[in-house]
Amino acid sequence: MIEVENLCKTYGDTRAVDGLNFVVRPGMVTGFLGPNGAGKSTTMQMIAGLDRPSSGSIKVNGQDYCRSKAPMAELGVLLEAKAVHTGRSARNHLLALAQTNGIGRARVDEVIEFVGLGSVADKRVGGFSLGMGQRLGVASALLGNPRTVVLDEPVNGLDPEGVRWIRRMLKDLAAEGRTVFVSSHLMSEMAQTATRLIVVGRGRLIADTTVDDFVARASNSFVTVRTPEPEQLRQLLIAPHVTVLVEPPDQLRIDGLTPEQIGTAAWRAHLPIFELVSQQASLEEAFMELTQDCVDYRSAESEVAA
Amino acid sequence: MSTAVGTPTSLPSLRVTYWRVAHSEWTKFTSVRSTLYTLTVAVLLMIGLGAIFSAIVASEAAGFGPGSSAISTSLIGTFFAQLAVGVLAVLMISGEYGTGMIRASMAVVPQRHPVLAAKLAVLAVAVFSTMLLSAAAAFLIGQVLMGSLGVGLSEPAALRSIFGAALYLTVAALTGMALGALLRNTAASITIFVGVFFLLPPLTSLLPPSWTDHFVQYLPSNAGAMLLDDSYGVAYPLAPWPGFALMCCYALILVALAGWRLRRLDA
Repeated sequence: MIEVENLCKTYGDTRAVDGLNFVVRPGMVTGFLGPNGAGKSTTMQMIAGLDRPSSGSIKVNGQDYCRSKAPMAELGVLLEAKAVHTGRSARNHLLALAQTNGIGRARVDEVIEFVGLGSVADKRVGGFSLGMGQRLGVASALLGNPRTVVLDEPVNGLDPEGVRWIRRMLKDLAAEGRTVFVSSHLMSEMAQTATRLIVVGRGRLIADTTVDDFVARASNSFVTVRTPEPEQLRQLLIAPHVTVLVEPPDQLRIDGLTPEQIGTAAWRAHLPIFELVSQQASLEEAFMELTQDCVDYRSAESEVAA
Repeated sequence: MSTAVGTPTSLPSLRVTYWRVAHSEWTKFTSVRSTLYTLTVAVLLMIGLGAIFSAIVASEAAGFGPGSSAISTSLIGTFFAQLAVGVLAVLMISGEYGTGMIRASMAVVPQRHPVLAAKLAVLAVAVFSTMLLSAAAAFLIGQVLMGSLGVGLSEPAALRSIFGAALYLTVAALTGMALGALLRNTAASITIFVGVFFLLPPLTSLLPPSWTDHFVQYLPSNAGAMLLDDSYGVAYPLAPWPGFALMCCYALILVALAGWRLRRLDA
């Protein structure tokens, strides 16, 4: 269980995290979603006690993590792929971390085998690929058999087999009753693994919902129409249960009518139509729509489109 | 019992203790190459330079310079070995900041200060033990090479100077580590360490004595080096143990600042 209350973090004039409130519950995977720069990593670092909150509080399993007597049994973290001294072997890296909490060699060997690094465990970490680094990070997070796991972008740099492995592991960890909190900037990734979703943008909470709700909201279909008379067609179609958005120069986006209804109405009014397409919003679009006001870095193209 | 994280049969009741963190730091210390390299260089400088200077003294009719003795001549390598142990000390902590390892270290010991305390302890034990043996070897080899000018272990200041060399190097190393923890940057920390311990003392001799007589005895290296039976050109040297105590005070202040920074700021 992770409880975040009124959490703020400012760096100079920048508010990286701005009054976050949420609870991450045990027994399910909770996704932490937001565009780059939304404050996900900062929040996770504060949960792990690495960054000090400017204000607000965080409890991990009901207590302040920084006062925990057995930190590795409470919380396992994967923050950056390579928070590792490059000159040390994977085995010695894990052993050094394990020893701080009184975990022995046998458990280190067990975790190395579990993440599939057995053949390279005695090689220097400096030569590891991004994917191997992620596996090493996962190994260090699992050393203490923790009740709560926080993973920042765990599938980054993994090959498809590795991605599948992570997804299964997250579900297994949750099925064992652990709290599993995973960040991603990809909605599609979260839709495959998470049960609950916490969505942030610009350091603020945008949504605290279930993935099912989110998918239901996203599955609204709509129709796009290309016509030389967008304004006239809009006037014609507008009705209490219908929303019509004009997308210049010549496009309409219509919610609440079928393509048949629109085509028939336009034909009766003698309005030419060049294109009539029924569309399904993807999860990714629903996510972008939700966060579009909160994106710090967007390309010039999407600036115009928005 | 658990499928997702293997079968944690081997997990006792977990708990962070100072002893366990020290054990972890020992593992870190012995599992990177720079430890062996820097300590080997320190041993070679300690013994090798002592032998060279002792042989030079023996071959010259003039004997010892003002303020120096058979003891201090054999232990002259201390001031070169301090460069190697200083680099070792800085790397032990700044290497973790440079690679990002510090975040992994702090995440498993969120109280943070046990990590710094354990690093200081491991460094102190390693430097003191290796440098005590090296200083003893440098002393004995030096006395043999100096022939009739040489003295024995029964000479009043001999044991104090041998232990003094090891103590001086240990405190210099702890100062270097505190600098590394404060600045979190290898290059800056080593530059300042070398500047203060190695370059500043000889540079002050270029200034008029009417200025330098007021402060050179309080420089950390000049204060601590008084344990080594030599005045090192300082006009008003401190007594051996008060001088060393002053050197310890500088180290303590830096360690306290490093601890404060560690506790207050983001890792």
